[in-house]
Amino acid sequence: MAEFKSNSNLEKVLKAGHFAFTGELGPPRGSSVAHVREKAKPLKGNVDLVNITDNQTAMVRMSSWAASIIAKEEGLEPNYQMVCRDRNRLAMQGDILGAYAMGINNILCLSGDHMQFGDHPGAKGVFDVDSTQLIKMVKTMRDEGTFQGGADIEEPPKMFIGGAANPFAEPFEWRVHRLAKKIAAGVDFIQTQCIFNMEKFRNWVAMANDMGLTDKVYILAGVTPMKSVGMAKYMKNRVPGMDVPDEIIKRLQGVDKKMVSDEGIKIACEQIEEFKEMKGIAGVHLMAIEWEHKVPEIAERAKMLPRPVF
Amino acid sequence: MIVAEKKPFDEISGMLAGFDKVLTVGCKTCVAVCLAGGEKEAVLLNKELMLARKVAGKPIETGAALVERQCDMEFLAELDDIVGQYDAIVSMACGAGVQFMAERYPEKPVFPGVNTTFIGVNRDVGWYEEKCRSCGNCLLGVTGGICPITMCAKSLMNGPCGGTNQTSCEINKDQPCAWYAIYKRLAGQNRLDNILKITEIMDWRNNVPRTIVQPGYEQRKAAFSEK
Repeated sequence: MAEFKSNSNLEKVLKAGHFAFTGELGPPRGSSVAHVREKAKPLKGNVDLVNITDNQTAMVRMSSWAASIIAKEEGLEPNYQMVCRDRNRLAMQGDILGAYAMGINNILCLSGDHMQFGDHPGAKGVFDVDSTQLIKMVKTMRDEGTFQGGADIEEPPKMFIGGAANPFAEPFEWRVHRLAKKIAAGVDFIQTQCIFNMEKFRNWVAMANDMGLTDKVYILAGVTPMKSVGMAKYMKNRVPGMDVPDEIIKRLQGVDKKMVSDEGIKIACEQIEEFKEMKGIAGVHLMAIEWEHKVPEIAERAKMLPRPVF
Repeated sequence: MIVAEKKPFDEISGMLAGFDKVLTVGCKTCVAVCLAGGEKEAVLLNKELMLARKVAGKPIETGAALVERQCDMEFLAELDDIVGQYDAIVSMACGAGVQFMAERYPEKPVFPGVNTTFIGVNRDVGWYEEKCRSCGNCLLGVTGGICPITMCAKSLMNGPCGGTNQTSCEINKDQPCAWYAIYKRLAGQNRLDNILKITEIMDWRNNVPRTIVQPGYEQRKAAFSEK
């Protein structure tokens, strides 16, 4: 029997050898519990884990841990996202203890979008620790039972630790080394940036395989279905670190206007089919941005259902 | 050097609203080089002040002085004889100079004439770039002489974030990605090993006001403190 590091549903899915399927839920710009519950409904039973974003794009939203608790009440397995932009190591560790105390078993350690992108551009960026150091801090809390400062923790938080990887950004040849550093820091699973450039992604995975990295970490390939040609162009030109090849835009432009979003889902499903067979890939992370209600259809069409239950 | 930029005139003028005799003191070092607070800028500020106050019907008397370094008491002492003739002082020095001036003349209101902006370099006349945040724990030996604390918008210590836009930073296409530059320089020197290891969590040393006494000067400091 596999030894578990946490009580995470995702960990159970992965260790049982299933191809994982995770989703995402963006908390509201307000304190509406109903809003979170509404967004949670289409995800329930269709994904193994749901990322609850943390002030994404540097816009203030309901805190990730609070929305995670609501999501848990709705029967989802939350992945508490934490960015280095907004908290120092004291606040981070305190929030991790609190989140674990409230039944949250997964955390995703991220740098965070720069303050300049959001609606509080004059905010002080904290960046006391970076994402790699945060991974190591959470692992030390879990496995050594100590705080970053060295003191013992009474009831250490047993988090399943996630990180991100962008296989496309420059310098490309460095990206796999950055992954190696996160593994050395103690990351358990990786969710990648949205993948559109499949060729580049295949190269990156091949490099990770060659270095033996995919034996040490579960990599979930990031998939975002395009809703429209405008969205594809926006992601290509405006979203930092995104690599959208022209073929994707041409393919969306080539179908009847009413069928563009359907074509977007079709592309996503084709990608998922390839990832299922790809050596070194343990699952898919679906980022259906503000499109949560489409997740059941995408899960069905990508033949990801039913999800394993433990 | 320390780079500063002139405060907006209206802000300076507002601070001086209640004063009729003002001494503007330039600093001959960093802020003079970066064209923000030297003699020329001090004289110019006085002219602007006098004109604006004349137009407003509240004339102001100004004097200008120049000090070698306002961050050095020895040079500030040169002002002792003239300060008494004024109601207030505008220091065109960096924040350190302004504070030392205010400490030297505690009875006298001292106002900053510039915003102290960064420790940087002179790329060309009138063009300066930030290079150092004086974090007190220099990483430059590891990172190929490029500071990730200063030059990376997220002060990342373990490589570029996912927002890298080709070779630029996600905040601005004109801002090079510090980690891209670090990678390229170390690759060129065959020293990539430097950044394959995890850089451990930082022991920030700029959280409290810092004092340094160089080795061999402890007794001198002790004697000074007793005085």
